[in-house]
Formats: sequence, structure tokens, C-alpha cells
Amino acid sequence: MITAGIDVGSKNIKAVVLRDGRIAGEAVGSGGFEQLARATELLKQAVRAAGCATADLAHITATGAGRTAVAFAHSTVTGVTAGARAANHLFPGARTVVEVGAEESRAVKTDGAGRVLDSAVNEKCAAGSGSFTESMARALGMTLEEFAVRSTQSTARIPMNAQCTVFAESEVVNLIHSGVDPKDIARAVHDAIASRVAAMVRRVKLEGEVVLLGGMAHNPGFVKCLKENLEVETLLIPDRPELADALGAALVAADRAGAAPGGRP
Amino acid sequence: MMMAPRQEYWRWAEGSWADPDRHWKDARVVTLGIDVGSVSSEAVVCLDGELYAFSTVRTAAGSVESAENAMKGVFERTGLRFDDIHYVVGTGYGRVNLPFAHKAITEIACHGRGANYMGGPSVRTILDMGGQDCKAIRVDERGKVTNFLMNDKCAAGTGRGMEVIADLLEVPIEELGPRSFDIDEEPAAVSDVCVVFAKSEAMARLKDGWSKNKVIAAYCRAMAERVAALLQRVGVEPEFFITGGISKNIGVVRRIEEIIGVKALPTPYDTQIAGALGAALFAHALYLKARGKPQAA
Amino acid sequence: MIAHYGYQDAEGEFFITIDTDRCGRCDGKPCVAACPRGVFTVEEDPYGDTVVAVDDRRRKRLRYECAGCKPAGDRPSLPCVRACPWGAMTHSW
Ligand code: SF4
Ligand code: SF4
Repeated sequence: MITAGIDVGSKNIKAVVLRDGRIAGEAVGSGGFEQLARATELLKQAVRAAGCATADLAHITATGAGRTAVAFAHSTVTGVTAGARAANHLFPGARTVVEVGAEESRAVKTDGAGRVLDSAVNEKCAAGSGSFTESMARALGMTLEEFAVRSTQSTARIPMNAQCTVFAESEVVNLIHSGVDPKDIARAVHDAIASRVAAMVRRVKLEGEVVLLGGMAHNPGFVKCLKENLEVETLLIPDRPELADALGAALVAADRAGAAPGGRP
Repeated sequence: MMMAPRQEYWRWAEGSWADPDRHWKDARVVTLGIDVGSVSSEAVVCLDGELYAFSTVRTAAGSVESAENAMKGVFERTGLRFDDIHYVVGTGYGRVNLPFAHKAITEIACHGRGANYMGGPSVRTILDMGGQDCKAIRVDERGKVTNFLMNDKCAAGTGRGMEVIADLLEVPIEELGPRSFDIDEEPAAVSDVCVVFAKSEAMARLKDGWSKNKVIAAYCRAMAERVAALLQRVGVEPEFFITGGISKNIGVVRRIEEIIGVKALPTPYDTQIAGALGAALFAHALYLKARGKPQAA
Repeated sequence: MIAHYGYQDAEGEFFITIDTDRCGRCDGKPCVAACPRGVFTVEEDPYGDTVVAVDDRRRKRLRYECAGCKPAGDRPSLPCVRACPWGAMTHSW
């Protein structure tokens, strides 16, 4: 069976085509103002990459903040559910799922089989999600990659007082002016967001192994700080952590297509 | 990257003033209040518990330096020397670091006291919003704080949020207020609270064909709604008094008044000095108390 | 005095409200020790009462400091609120 999941964030759109439980094709692109048009285009790309046709899709499920904009989807699912489904598909048995994307972060407790038991979400304050680090890297004049790597080289712990992206930008500028080593600033920024994310995890109670999903899982500076804040040795990170929600949506699509065979072309 | 000098809007021009009809040599008690804020610092001198002189300066790198600059301004204006002062109270973000102050008092308490002096004893509810924080304060007829709240975590609830939108739209910040009324119909508030996300929302609206003025109106309304929620948390009781840079943005002030159903009191004073004035008044009361003349602090 | 410590941001309002008139009468200030995150401090207020306040370093991140006490599912009573014999403390979230 072939299904598709499409994750419509306010910044990026990701599409995954799933064939028999494996990713057969994918596409990632910016969202912008024309969400529906972009989603249609990206789905086409993913389908092409999978070597099939849109008509072959048994079911399409949309997720993400803009999921209702995807008129051609057969169903929708929340990001929390999609993320949990993907996490347990990739790491069966894991019970704590942390997902940090550009505009949203969340902690989910699952039953190990993809069902959500509890969740805590931060989606409206930019200081709680990945865009916080993007703004700070910009203030430091570094690329995100450089910013992340430099952070891992720091051994000093300096506090960040500002808890807001906008105020933190000025704080970072002040730190630069007072001669603080940029790698220590980078670390302070990653530590600030990691401590906020770790607090969300405390709300769902950390249990067993922890899965980290979302684009921030690519950032070694953040990963290091999150491990420290959660006091864990390892975080389970899949190859394409940023595709997790789209994958989860495609898995949900397969569940739904299986439950209602022939529901849609 | 440097911070833009746009902060100017949230402070009054540097300067000093002294009451020409009085002289400090005639006073029995001379007290000084110093408020070191994040953007500007003020020094106020009171003679026998009455406002006599003040100066306001840009906050420097260190609190002590800022306090000294403010003091110097008021001393130059009046001919006072530090030794002529009987009692000094410090307040504001930098209050803990002032070695020459006899006592440090919270900015909330000082603000309440200062607003009571400027707005009169009928003032019950005070809103103070500057570039970096927002305070809602309830006071009794003597300016004693009965209920307060401060929000300095989120830029969306402060003047800083307005600056970001002004920058985005390339509209001078002092034009935001008037332009927000130059519209056909009042739009709904911007729905994203977060400044970072509100920027994208504003851009999307412009793309939808909204005029800049309409976007400004939607943003002023959003800000007014947020401030009103904070005011309602402490409870609004007339008279209502507004201090800080926000008082200059009629686009937000009018909308707050409309939502809470109360008009703000006008005042002849430069409300920027509310905190330092309150500190100087506290200093007066504390000095009398220390001298053994009972008087409520 | 009713003191609201905390903040409002896009996620909501996160305030701890303390009726400091009741605090002034409270001898042991047991809430301070009851809090696992060191959220509270004791200070003299400007009117001469010894009261409990929220530590300045914690004020702007209360949602995160208190996260452990406020699980996403069923919430038990909060240690600080439970410790206060005068019912002087409430949380807005
Ligand atoms: S605290 Fe800053 S980042 Fe968070 S909602 Fe407010 S403006 Fe946005
Ligand atoms: S809820 Fe818990 S962490 Fe928060 S103040 Fe109360 S005891 Fe402290």
C-alpha cells in the first residue's frame, strides 16, 4: 500500500510517500503564503521521487499548524499524534518523545506503540522553539552550523537572563560587546532553550529512553545541552528527524486506509 | 550589529529642571531619589517632601555610573552638593548596586508613590509601560501599593514590540498612534501575540492588500488587549494614570481606555520621573522616621 | 498587598499571586522550604513587613520552574500552596 503524509508548518512543508512502511519518496520546501499550492507541488515531487503517481496514493493525511489548508488530504492528524506515531515506528518501546522544530516544541509520553498518553506543547512563544537559536546565530553573525559546533566547544557556563527571543537578541549583542567568547554565548543560547524544553519533558515525566525528533535534532550544540538538562546519556535520533511528523502522518494514513479499504483512490 | 537608537522614543530627552521659585537652602529636609532604569536614569530632589528638581540621562554601562550622571545633572542645575542631601533612596533595575544610597526600594513601590504625587490622591490604578517592561499597579490614597503586577519577560507586552513593528513597516514610531486611526474600519487584533510570529502575520496581511495603517491599527489593538488583560488582573478602579513611553502612543492609549471603559488622567508632569520621585518621597519619610518624628512611610 | 509575580507571553499568563498581608503574619514561611526549585525568597517590603516574594532569577521562567509540580495529566496539589497555612498563595495556571 502507498500512502502520503504532509506536514504543513508556517515555515516549511514536508511531504513523505510511504510504501509498505518505508519512506519511498520525500520532498521538503518552504511554505510561505500560498500553502495549498506549495503543498500540492511538494507532494508531486515526493510522489515522483517514489516512482509512482498521485493516483496510487491510498490515503493522504495532513499534519502541522497549516494542516487544514491542505484541501486534497483525506484526513488530518495533530502534530503530537503524528510525532508519537513516527517515534514508535522508528523506536518501538520508547516512551518519551521530544520534538523541537523551528516554531514548536513538545514533549509527549507514549505507550510505546504510538499512542499518546500525555503531552506538553510550546507553540506560540518563539523563545521555546528552534527559531530562538536561528535568531541568536544571526545576532552573532554565524551560520547555524557554525553556531552549533562552536557551542559544543565551550566549557564555560554563562547565564542568559532574557527569556524572550527579542530581548535575548539585545542580550547577545551586549555579551559580544563586553568581550564574552562567542562559543560561550552559543552554549548559553543552546542551554537556555534546552532548559525550557527539559521543563516540558518534566511535565510528562521522563521514562525510559528518550527520542528526539524535529530539525533541532541536527544541532549538536542543542543535543549536548539537552542531554545535560535531562541528565541522560543518550538520545535516540533517527536519520531524518525533521521528517518525523510527515512520516507519522503517512503512517496514520496507512492505518486509516487499512481500516477503510478503498476509501479513496 | 548594533542596537538601533530607536529606544529614544521610550525615554524623554536628557535634561534637567529645577523649580525657579524655591531654594534648597530654605528647606529643612533635602532628599534624593535615584531610579536607574534599563534605558534611562533619573535623579529627583525633594525639599521637605515636595518636588524641587530632577534630571534624566541615558543609562550608561554600569548602574553606579548612570546614577552619578543623573545626580550630576541635578547638582549642576541646583548648586547642591552630595553632602547637602539628608537621605538617598535608590530604585529601578540597578538599585542594588548603588553604594551611596541609604536604602533601596522596589520600583513598584516608588512608582506608586510618585504617581500618587503627580496624579493626586484620587489615583487608584497606574499603568507604566516603557521600552522593556509593563507594570500595572493599584494604590491607596496615600500611594501605598495594594496590588501590582509586572511583565518584563515578553517583548510583545512592552514598547519593544511596537518598535519591531514600526521597523518592519518602516514607519517612524511616533507616527504609529495617529496613523492607527487613519483607517476605514477598525480591524481585528493581530492574532499572533509573539513579536517574532506577529511579524510574519503582518507581512501576510500586507500581502493580502491591507494598508500599513490597518496593520498598525490591528497591532495597536492587540497591544491594548494584552495590556487591558494585565490591568484587569489587578483590577481597574478610577482614577487611571498612565506613565512611561506608551503614554505618547495614542493608538494604544485610546484603545486601552475603550476596552477598560475608563479614561486616563491628564498630568502636567514629565511622568518619566515617577520612580525617582517616589524614591525621593520615600527618602523624606524615612529620614523623618530615622530622626524620630513619626510619619507613615 | 496583592503581589503578582510572573509574566504574560504568547503561551498565556503565568503568575503566582501572594497576599503579602497574610505573609506578614506567618512565622515559619513554610512555602520557602516546600518549593523544590527555590522559587521563593523572604524580603522586607517597603512598608516594613517581612514577606515572601518570587526570586528575581525565577520570575521570568515560572512556567518552566513549576513544570515538575504541574504534570500534563492529573495535577496533584502544589507543594507551595499546600504548605501555606494562611491560604495566601494562588497560581494563575
Ligand atoms: S516572550 Fe518573546 S519570543 Fe516569547 S512570545 Fe513574547 S515576544 Fe515572542
Ligand atoms: S509549583 Fe512547585 S516549583 Fe512552583 S512555586 Fe510551587 S512548589 Fe515551587
